[in-house]
Amino acid sequence: MKNLRIITVLALVLVTLTATSCKNDKKEQGNVEEKNTEMNHDNSDGHHDGNKKEMVMAENQNENSETILKDYFNLKDALVSDDNEKAKELGETLTKSLSNFDVSEYTDAQKIELKDIIKDAKEHAEHISESPMEHQREHFKILSKDVIDMVAITGTANKLYEQYCPMYDDGSAWLSMNEEIRNPYYGDKMLKCGKVQREIN
Amino acid sequence: MKFVKYIALILLLAFVGIQFVPTERNQSDIVPKIDFMLVYEVPTHVKKKIKISCYDCHSNNTKYPWYNKIQPVAWFLEDHIKEGKAELNFNEWGSLSSRRKASKLRSIIKQVESGEMPLDSYTLIHSDAKFSEADKKEIIKYIKQLKNSLPN
Repeated sequence: MKNLRIITVLALVLVTLTATSCKNDKKEQGNVEEKNTEMNHDNSDGHHDGNKKEMVMAENQNENSETILKDYFNLKDALVSDDNEKAKELGETLTKSLSNFDVSEYTDAQKIELKDIIKDAKEHAEHISESPMEHQREHFKILSKDVIDMVAITGTANKLYEQYCPMYDDGSAWLSMNEEIRNPYYGDKMLKCGKVQREIN
Repeated sequence: MKFVKYIALILLLAFVGIQFVPTERNQSDIVPKIDFMLVYEVPTHVKKKIKISCYDCHSNNTKYPWYNKIQPVAWFLEDHIKEGKAELNFNEWGSLSSRRKASKLRSIIKQVESGEMPLDSYTLIHSDAKFSEADKKEIIKYIKQLKNSLPN
């Protein structure tokens, strides 16, 4: 009977533990949701900024559009060389630099547009950081559009080539530092498929 | 044998215990004006399919069958709904910019096309949420048309 008492006590402890640990979980999840819905509502909310500050502390200060381009090109190269793992890593890097993008030097209208672009690009970069190759390329297509639109506002110091592959998903564009075509949508399968459709700078 | 009994007892107690942990219910009677179905004039059949197959996890209102109120199923579900809503909330469609709408519509097309959505774990229980090939075609055609009508 002594055994039974011990077991009962143990069971009660277990139940309490489960109950409390789950409550903690819930609190955290609640916060996450709050964050998410807030982010859905508006670009310029306090929460978002708080987040940004934290990340800035950990990462470099005031990322600019050139950092984003650099990360984007690295990601593109990983896709060109069919490297799923590398692309995942670089997707994460790009997510971070997008979060740290400092838009304060732009006009109000540009800020709105840039924040919209960053929000969208971030989502695609996040997906790239956790997806198989095929999905990464799907997201890279939209990410490329976002980055092209970003450059239209921010400009860039380097000469860039907007390249275009008519075969992938009814036609898809990307940016490159080199004139020579290296197709990120097909990689090794069709490395040289595509053409330069525009030169920037 | 005693030992087995004790284990069973512990499990039973734990099971009863976790039923008292409150879960957040995803339920709301309010359908905001920015809801997908109010922003667009969605054809009746497409509307019905999307509501049945997507709205449980991609809106502010989930229709809970009785077994989804029991733990630990309810927790599992809660997570799914949170994730689903963070990715896409049909109730808040109108608040998205054109760029975001285009992104989301594209994702919807890809997910439906590849059969990734609705989730197998969901259609297993909700057989009416399954898309037939004809449903898929009709939905994709409609969503593509919406996507093309967005300003670039």
